[in-house]
Amino acid sequence: MKAAELAIQRPRDAKLLVVDAGGALHHAPRARLADFLRAGDLLVANDAATLPASLAGVHQRSGAGIEVRLAGRRSLAVDDVREFTAIVFGAGDHRTRTEDRAAPPDLRAGDGLALGPLRATVLRTLDHPRLIALRFDGTPDAIWAGIARHGKPIQYAHLSEPLALWDVWTRVAALPVAFEPPSAGFVLDWQLLAALKARGVGFATLTHAAGISSTGDAALDARLPFDEPYHLPAATLRAIEDTRERGGRVIALGTTVTRALEHAASRNGSLRAGEGVADQRIGAHTPLRVVDAIVSGTHEPGTSHHELLRAFTSDALLRRAHVELLQRGYRTHEFGDSVLIERRGSGHCADRRLRPRGQFNKALN
Amino acid sequence: MNNPLIPFDGLRVAVTGGTSGLGLALVKALRERGAQVAFVARRVPRVSEVAHQLSGTHGIGGDVSRKDETHPLALRITAALGGLDVLINNASSLGPVPLALLADTDCEQLEEALATNLVGPFRLTKALLGALSAAAREGRPARVVNITSDAAVTPYAGWGAYGASKAALLHLSRIWDEELRPHGVRVLAVDPGDMDTPLHAQAVPDADPATLKRPQDAAQEILALIERSFDAPGRGA
Repeated sequence: MKAAELAIQRPRDAKLLVVDAGGALHHAPRARLADFLRAGDLLVANDAATLPASLAGVHQRSGAGIEVRLAGRRSLAVDDVREFTAIVFGAGDHRTRTEDRAAPPDLRAGDGLALGPLRATVLRTLDHPRLIALRFDGTPDAIWAGIARHGKPIQYAHLSEPLALWDVWTRVAALPVAFEPPSAGFVLDWQLLAALKARGVGFATLTHAAGISSTGDAALDARLPFDEPYHLPAATLRAIEDTRERGGRVIALGTTVTRALEHAASRNGSLRAGEGVADQRIGAHTPLRVVDAIVSGTHEPGTSHHELLRAFTSDALLRRAHVELLQRGYRTHEFGDSVLIERRGSGHCADRRLRPRGQFNKALN
Repeated sequence: MNNPLIPFDGLRVAVTGGTSGLGLALVKALRERGAQVAFVARRVPRVSEVAHQLSGTHGIGGDVSRKDETHPLALRITAALGGLDVLINNASSLGPVPLALLADTDCEQLEEALATNLVGPFRLTKALLGALSAAAREGRPARVVNITSDAAVTPYAGWGAYGASKAALLHLSRIWDEELRPHGVRVLAVDPGDMDTPLHAQAVPDADPATLKRPQDAAQEILALIERSFDAPGRGA
């Protein structure tokens, strides 16, 4: 697929491919997304705001220029902001493809990093010359101030113009915890939220620290997605339970929402509100306990995002969908077009009853 | 909220223009009532001084009239408070100082008043609407409070830039309240009255302070008004 090269969240000509539960494919303008949702359905979005997680600076021992891309944190707590997992590149910026980026200097535990107003120390390397744990100096407020002032959104070479934070915050962006935008949420605007309400479709959110999508290094890419902390609000849990009770569908807006909800449902077999760290991989053989359909960007086969789609429907159908995406000129990457994939068989009431949800029902009572 | 009987306890509130006048009085009053408070102001040394004096508050240096500072400010506010329940857009600009007749007002002075009093609150509110609506979905009372003026309603000679910008802010508040009410977010416009503040002293240097409202009294009135709005329809989603 061709890359979407302009940072426009809702292009007027954005397209939507619907892969329905019966195996049929439908093309529609993406602005008509609400038409494919039904009264009683619940759309769940990731309301994470995106950090300016790219920090240019200097590796102090060598004097070499570096770009640090913050890539992971153990929790969403706003005062737990000192330690991060990070990918480090040598000198340069997003205009060079990540695959072609210079390696960072030799990084060792204890090395100092000067990143604009921020100072950080390498805590350890993580089994790869580009992957480190680091710790910032200073109070949480000072660290947030430094990130806000100095950081830039993580960006890739398919977008030539520098991204601003407003380019990567969705209309529902709240807590700044995502390392890259939860870009399926770019489809959202307040007009759509009003349309959903008018249609009787519920809307709820969770907060998931969406991680980086690509490192330019095959060995590191194979480790994606990294562990991602999330928060599932009690109100969203209640909305999901109400939806299930009434026979509505839970529709995840994006892979991060799917990962968080399925992780929250996998612990003790019942869905629980609160904090968690999504550390599982979702693929062809992952049973989906909560999510009935996904709205996502278009993803190339072989990526971890595409792997996740295999949990929803057959490889044969995904191949047909991919051919359609290519033939109809759908665009890919974060500002690209979208797909709506219903879980195979999820449209049939009889099938719904067959789903393994005994443990889930316990949580409802 | 930690205690539903104490309306501001644990509430996450951001105040712009929080280092002087009404803004500072609001920060102090909110802190006394147990709110978690972040405040924004332009002069960083003054921000640090106030944050130091009022322990537990989060001081954020920034200029709401500048577009490129909007999202960094929103980021720092939500990061300081772990979300947001109430945004008070208080930072204000008079436009020309001393006040000038409209025909003597430079375009740039009008633009400055609009940038601070209208476009700044619009941008910051928009950037924080995700956090505010998330609060509403969790059943918390999400509110935007825009500080306006009687100059927004009454055409006082010499108050053209300020009055026109505050009139626009007042109407923006009313329209936004209509649009956001179904989503559990309320937008209030409040006229605090003539107060003994640095802004008023710039506008009317000869005013007798004894005839002016104390900002701490205005702050208490505004908190009472916000509190009353919690009981009105629209609390939570």
